[in-house]
Amino acid sequence: METATPATSSVVAASSSPAAASPDGRDGTGQPTGAVQPTLRISDLHTVFRSRGLTVAAVRGVDLDLHPGEITVLLGESGSGKSVTAKSVMRLYGANASFSGAVELEGRDLLSLPPKEMLAVRGAEIAMVPQDPTAALDPLRRIGAQLVEVLRQHKVVPNKAAAQARALELLDQVGIPDPKRVYRSFPHELSGGMRQRAVIAIAVSCDPKVLIADEPTTALDVTVQAQILDLFQRLIAELHSAVLLVTHDVGVAEEVGDRVGVMYAGRIVEFGPAAEVLNTPRHPYTRALLDSIPTPGVERGRLRSIVGQPPVSGEIPAGCAFGLRCPHAFARCRSVDATLISVGERRQAACHLLEEEVSA
Amino acid sequence: MTVVEPERGAAEAVAANAALLVANDLVKTFGNGVRAVDGVSLTVHPGETVGLVGESGCGKSTTAKMILRLLAADGGSLSFGGVDLLHVRGRALRKLRARMQLVPQNPQTSFNPRLSIRSSIEFNLRAHGVQRGARGARLLEALDRVGMPAAYAQRFPHELSGGQLQRAAIARALVTNPELIVCDEAVSALDKSIQAQVLNLLVELQRDLGVAYLFISHDLSVVEHLSDRVIVMYLGRVVEEATAEQLWRDPRHPYTEALLSAAPNSGRTRIMLAGDPPSPTDPPSGCTFRTRCPVALEACAEERPPLLSVGGKHFAACINQERVTPAAVA
Repeated sequence: METATPATSSVVAASSSPAAASPDGRDGTGQPTGAVQPTLRISDLHTVFRSRGLTVAAVRGVDLDLHPGEITVLLGESGSGKSVTAKSVMRLYGANASFSGAVELEGRDLLSLPPKEMLAVRGAEIAMVPQDPTAALDPLRRIGAQLVEVLRQHKVVPNKAAAQARALELLDQVGIPDPKRVYRSFPHELSGGMRQRAVIAIAVSCDPKVLIADEPTTALDVTVQAQILDLFQRLIAELHSAVLLVTHDVGVAEEVGDRVGVMYAGRIVEFGPAAEVLNTPRHPYTRALLDSIPTPGVERGRLRSIVGQPPVSGEIPAGCAFGLRCPHAFARCRSVDATLISVGERRQAACHLLEEEVSA
Repeated sequence: MTVVEPERGAAEAVAANAALLVANDLVKTFGNGVRAVDGVSLTVHPGETVGLVGESGCGKSTTAKMILRLLAADGGSLSFGGVDLLHVRGRALRKLRARMQLVPQNPQTSFNPRLSIRSSIEFNLRAHGVQRGARGARLLEALDRVGMPAAYAQRFPHELSGGQLQRAAIARALVTNPELIVCDEAVSALDKSIQAQVLNLLVELQRDLGVAYLFISHDLSVVEHLSDRVIVMYLGRVVEEATAEQLWRDPRHPYTEALLSAAPNSGRTRIMLAGDPPSPTDPPSGCTFRTRCPVALEACAEERPPLLSVGGKHFAACINQERVTPAAVA
């Protein structure tokens, strides 16, 4: 599948002067514009799961560039393929998953890397902050030992003593008030917020080029969530990692995202600077998603919910995947799939209505 | 600004006649010494929605369980429709149970996976003594109310999506014609677009049937959307109670302010609270929020702040009313 219609590439090219280069480093045709090389480039990624004769296309052609020091958010509901995209980058799936497309880390294609080399990439060059810190930590080992293990595994420190010193430093860096105590603690002795801080310390321990955070605050209370997001932003500014943050929470996307890609049925349907996409959404799905969230302080009334259910990955309708639920769908939507086109400076959306608008 | 009005007990007693549910000073202490609920009072009138909001461990679900008599209260009083709910037993209790129903958080675990939706819902009717012949019609009526095709009754829980299953859970609650439905995080497990459908359904049902809701959630924007009045809990205590509109416009407890500021689209500057909620096994002296409060005074450590009126039916448990200013909304 193509990333954009050729007719629109000129629109982007016109706006991509060196100063205001399109942030994903591509123009509408998916070609590099010559701007800063992304740390991680995902091109036309497809992830398909097969089991017992059933084929499920969970990711259906995702293009995404991650840049150092920038937080790119994938926003979507369950089953939209946002987590699968993130985990595909790390190749965290078994033999029943097959990938196509490319995931390039500084020019090296991770999808074709031998498993052994991939093992060295995980945790060192690409690290992950998972959703549930309780499940991510080994319940039987102290926090310190789990940190030291990672540091030793990837040989970022010369010896054990250096690893211990570094581990204490890291715990301090993630805002743990009493690093020595936490170093000796078991996971169950810490609160949820502290556990997530420890997991973040492990994730950043090897100074990763890419950090993937899969719903990092979903399991936390809102007041603690605010602290963790704050920490996250501070760390990224210090470490200059390229971040892919996966969330279902519009509030989180708005708060920390530099750019946001809205996913639906395995594809990015809208992409652009987070504040712009979430304040002036262009794709009907993004609009509907934002409308279905109650806005506090506003007159109570019916929420504008989206009719029906998201399609199941195995049964994606012909044409635009959102077509059956879209209030603006017309004949073309039911037969031809929409592809991402430029809908303004640094913004893209995949919708036939917008195609007509752009070409008009 | 500090309004000296009688503590709320007296004022509430007058209105209690018309009330459907009156809980007074409920206390629940668990075996390990955790005082999960420490003097919670609330009133629900027929046909209204009272929201109960707070973070995990604040005692909101424990409060709900005591109200439904799924958990015995250790202190306080509780009446439902004028009946003393704490001491009623046997047949009389069962009769009351039909009038108050629960929609739990996770429909996947609240339905028996080996029973069809029909069997699960009819089970509730059977438990409340509805004759076999009448059950089918009641089931269909409830399914129709929640917008579920009658054919779905034959399905098993795993054959329905989360949103559909939550509709079934609402149908199961409705089937006994309750006056009160306790929704314990009833939409929290759902995606936003589906959540909106279920919230709309709850509003419609209330309009058509006049059922009252005690709506429990950690999500203030959802509570605010649905509720007439909102009660904010922190560490087993009520820290603020107001109409949804008052609470939004003019929060009077610093904890409420922090919660509001964390809601998406709030338009408020986020207030960052330091630290984690303290352990309920060893709560701080005086005001339990003072360890994280940005405007705590020395006096806050001394005694537990009473829940006082800060104007009409708006109550807050904070002695520092002068310094608490509504966050800059404008």
